[in-house]
Amino acid sequence: MENGQSSASNGYHAGSTLERMLRAGHFAVTGEIGPPQSADASEIRHKAALLKGCCDAVNITDNQTAIVRMSSIGAGTLVVQEGLEPVIQMTCRDRNRLAIQADLLGASALGMNNLLCLSGDHQRFGNHPTAKNVFDIDSLQLVKMVSDMRDKKIFQCGEDIKGSEPRYFVGAASAPFADPIDFRPYRLAKKVAAGADFIQTQLVYDVPAFAKFMDKVRELGLHKKTYILAGVGPLKSPGMARYMKKNVPGILVPDELIDRMTAAGAAWADKKPADMTKEEKSARMAAWKAEGIQICIELIKELRAIEGVAGVHVMAIEWESAVKPIVEGAGLFPRPQV
Amino acid sequence: MIVAEQKPLAEMKTLINGAENVLVVGCGTCVTVCFAGGTREADIVSTSLRMATKLDGSPQQVTHSTVQRQCEWEYLDIIEEQVKAADIVLSLGCGIGVQAIAEHFPDAWVVPGLNTSFLGLPTEHGVWEERCAACGECLLAVTGGICPVARCSKSLLNGPCGGSENGHCEIDPDVACAWQLIVDRMSSKGKLDALLEIQPPKNWQNSRDGGPRKIVRQDLRLVEFED
Ligand code: SF4
Ligand code: SF4
Repeated sequence: MENGQSSASNGYHAGSTLERMLRAGHFAVTGEIGPPQSADASEIRHKAALLKGCCDAVNITDNQTAIVRMSSIGAGTLVVQEGLEPVIQMTCRDRNRLAIQADLLGASALGMNNLLCLSGDHQRFGNHPTAKNVFDIDSLQLVKMVSDMRDKKIFQCGEDIKGSEPRYFVGAASAPFADPIDFRPYRLAKKVAAGADFIQTQLVYDVPAFAKFMDKVRELGLHKKTYILAGVGPLKSPGMARYMKKNVPGILVPDELIDRMTAAGAAWADKKPADMTKEEKSARMAAWKAEGIQICIELIKELRAIEGVAGVHVMAIEWESAVKPIVEGAGLFPRPQV
Repeated sequence: MIVAEQKPLAEMKTLINGAENVLVVGCGTCVTVCFAGGTREADIVSTSLRMATKLDGSPQQVTHSTVQRQCEWEYLDIIEEQVKAADIVLSLGCGIGVQAIAEHFPDAWVVPGLNTSFLGLPTEHGVWEERCAACGECLLAVTGGICPVARCSKSLLNGPCGGSENGHCEIDPDVACAWQLIVDRMSSKGKLDALLEIQPPKNWQNSRDGGPRKIVRQDLRLVEFED
């Protein structure tokens, strides 16, 4: 890696499994856990058990979609206890530079060493739309701040960190298909320049469009300076595919995939949902889900063939049981030991 | 200019509840231009309150007067007698006007008739949009004259978030994405390169976050100094 000379004696920025996996040249797999809207530890433990062994590390979302949930660091602690490596997600929506740095010192002390820096969904979407947001710094400034904490041993204000500095393998997000689309590779370049060791992308369903984005990324030489993990996720139903295509900014779902999902449920196509028995409904759901998993496996194989894609980030929130068959189907199981 | 809108009549009624004599004070500056609190609106509001309180069976005396600029003490002298005669002053000025009246007439009880909304401009007849958040350290030079602090929903300084779509911000299809505008403008000027520079964390000390702000210009002060 050209990016950032490590001051750690082992040559790693953080030495996390994820970093070691990528540095060793293995195609990495990360997963994702959405913490519960409660103090229920068992839910995290249950999800961690489903992902253990098939992911090198798992992202723990931070008040995802601006809905209050167990904190990423709190849930991350439980994940560590379960023997899985967390990637702490940190948004700029809820914390200022003081709170972020303090939390990152704490998470580091608790043994967490991967971080994903995000702007965060606007609170208008969540369950506290009347809240005041923070946005003291943006996601890019956050990347720079944590890289400097690690490499320069300084706080954002410039003061020295006396004692152990937090050492994170620092990640950032990229939305290759969001507008203004021509600017996206440059935005990625900025994040890399700010110190992003790895990148996780928004969900990719349109491989040719992503390949075009990667052409530009390679032209800018970014794939040599950072590890790019393409975002993938299994479709649950044709309705979900259509909803994402229409309503989620920055996600392209080709009609061909929607048609495949529809075809998977063809056996029940002439039945109105109201006339279907419970058994029929669950059989149709199972057929859709099987196709969704199959599509996801194919996507991973195609993405893996693109030069500069260093791994995949599998997002199967509230469907964690899908991850193992996906990783197995893609030929990425068992995970290498590093 | 400062853009404001009227509070609902029902809320204004509650605010003046119990007063026999109410004075509605309009302002001839920003809120006149945005049709929220000028002479015309002060007239309509006082008439409406008179009628509404009469219909309720507890009529209140409501008169009105409009000053040229409610946000400067010296412009308020002309309403001194009317303010003294009123039990409650309902200001149709911006939040600064309300406070100027309260400061200038400590004996008066002043309530706001407007919600002061933002610093902006009219983009078409009947439409006003925010343009500046008075952050105290203007960076319009690096963003092609489009303000990311006030106009990006997340005040991002280094480019668009992943929610930008077809020129709109993720929060609402009716809100333009400031970063789409910035990128378009910078590329039309051949200055896209400037956007590749990393903007450091902003110094919010000169914005409201640093506490209430104050500007002192010694060259303009009328006080005599001892030394
Ligand atoms: S940068 Fe600050 S001062 Fe300049 S327009 Fe934006 S909010 Fe106003
Ligand atoms: S969509 Fe555009 S304006 Fe809205 S928060 Fe993102 S960058 Fe800012």
